[in-house]
Amino acid sequence: MLIRYITQIGRYFLMLKEIFNKQTKWSVMKNLIFKEIDDLIIGSLGIVAFISFFVGGVVAIQTALNLTNPLIPKYLIGFATRQSVILEFAPTFISVIMAGKMGSFITSSIGTMRVTEQIDALEVMGVNSLNYLVFPKIIALLLYPFLIGIAMFLGVLGGWMAGVYGGFTSSDEFINGAQMDFIPFHIIYAFIKTLIFAMLLATIPSFHGYYMKGGALEVGRASTVSFVWTSVTIILFNYILTQLLLGS
Amino acid sequence: MIEVKNVEKSFGGNKILKGISTVFETGKTNLIIGQSGSGKTVLLKSLLGIHTPESGTISFDGRIYSELNPDEKRELRTEIGMVFQGSALFDSMTVAENVGFPLRMFTKDNNSKIQERVDFVLKRVNLTDAHKKLPSEISGGMQKRVAIARAIVNNPKYLFCDEPNSGLDPNTAILIDNLIKEITEEYNITTVINTHDMNSVMEIGEKILFLKDGLKAWEGSKEEIFRTDNEAVVAFVYSSNLFKKVREAYLKD
Repeated sequence: MLIRYITQIGRYFLMLKEIFNKQTKWSVMKNLIFKEIDDLIIGSLGIVAFISFFVGGVVAIQTALNLTNPLIPKYLIGFATRQSVILEFAPTFISVIMAGKMGSFITSSIGTMRVTEQIDALEVMGVNSLNYLVFPKIIALLLYPFLIGIAMFLGVLGGWMAGVYGGFTSSDEFINGAQMDFIPFHIIYAFIKTLIFAMLLATIPSFHGYYMKGGALEVGRASTVSFVWTSVTIILFNYILTQLLLGS
Repeated sequence: MIEVKNVEKSFGGNKILKGISTVFETGKTNLIIGQSGSGKTVLLKSLLGIHTPESGTISFDGRIYSELNPDEKRELRTEIGMVFQGSALFDSMTVAENVGFPLRMFTKDNNSKIQERVDFVLKRVNLTDAHKKLPSEISGGMQKRVAIARAIVNNPKYLFCDEPNSGLDPNTAILIDNLIKEITEEYNITTVINTHDMNSVMEIGEKILFLKDGLKAWEGSKEEIFRTDNEAVVAFVYSSNLFKKVREAYLKD
């Protein structure tokens, strides 16, 4: 069991090396990158916006409902919403959701290409199939922080709307709280995490799709396994990065 | 010409190819036949470089594949055209984009030149009105023709076909067989076809390699297959009454 995991991890790193070997022609690659940006980033905008807005609202309401002591100032609702959204919800929670959305899309599309011999066709033609299939995804996901930036903004906006229009706090109090003790490094920390999660989101589902064997049923299985491993890795890296960047 | 010398290949301790040697000649349709599990697909995939043999050599006009560096291997692969059993067309691309793919990847031709070449090869495979269709919008026979067009668009020196007739009706199967044979002669390509289809053997088998249990059991031409006494070939090829009668009629003539 352990040997199998170690073998898989070794294979994953060999795959990463191969992705950057023998680059596809730029005239072809640029179209692939635009297509991946459309599929992975633009295609995720709607769901990210929806989830961020409403979860931001829920965070604000939950905080407000837990502030039962009249001595605790109401501006903490804005403060808590900002901190939760920027530090954890937007970079980590959205990434776990994206492990399901983007990850299963990547695994199933590459896995289907494997099953239908399209990857063999690329290799036989002399194309570095890993570069052709995975590299554009990595480049497209360099725009992932843009998606997370939107999630941060909409999360706080959702919190403000729920707080103000739900009658839990005033607009001034919420905004004061949201601006209080702001540490710019928290944004940098969130984007560092986001970039590393983007790399994991592009490569782990690709790995599971590329090396899968079998037929349609196995494509479904590979998508599930890929979601589990991408989520686990994101959570694990979240812990390590938080300890490294904020722990000291 | 492709020369195979003493090629052996195993999977998990199970020896699939047990020292195969043969020569696939240029300008001829070379067929690999045999029962399921005889090693045909493994041999074809070894020729394509998808499997690496444990011993033996495969040389393409004197270039021994295992001795080439990765760049030379990729260069050699650009000289190869392959028609997969399931066609392996790229789902997200139209027919014209599929056919033009090798040109966009490996040549510096501009779009109009690529378009011209795509039109030419699609016309060559008798597909003139499917340019903008997706593979899912055309029939199995048309997909095979698109796959052939894509395989020959880059003027390959070597053409490999894995079960090109599988899943096709008899008429379309004959059309595909004849198309492959014509293209082989027209462009002087070394063509290797992996098939179960005895009609193909009778129709286009200029050189036939018969595999049994990972060994070369027999090789010869389609004329020789009618006369052979090789028990394994007779048991495999003439297992149906139809082919028995065809053989009897041929020998009578």
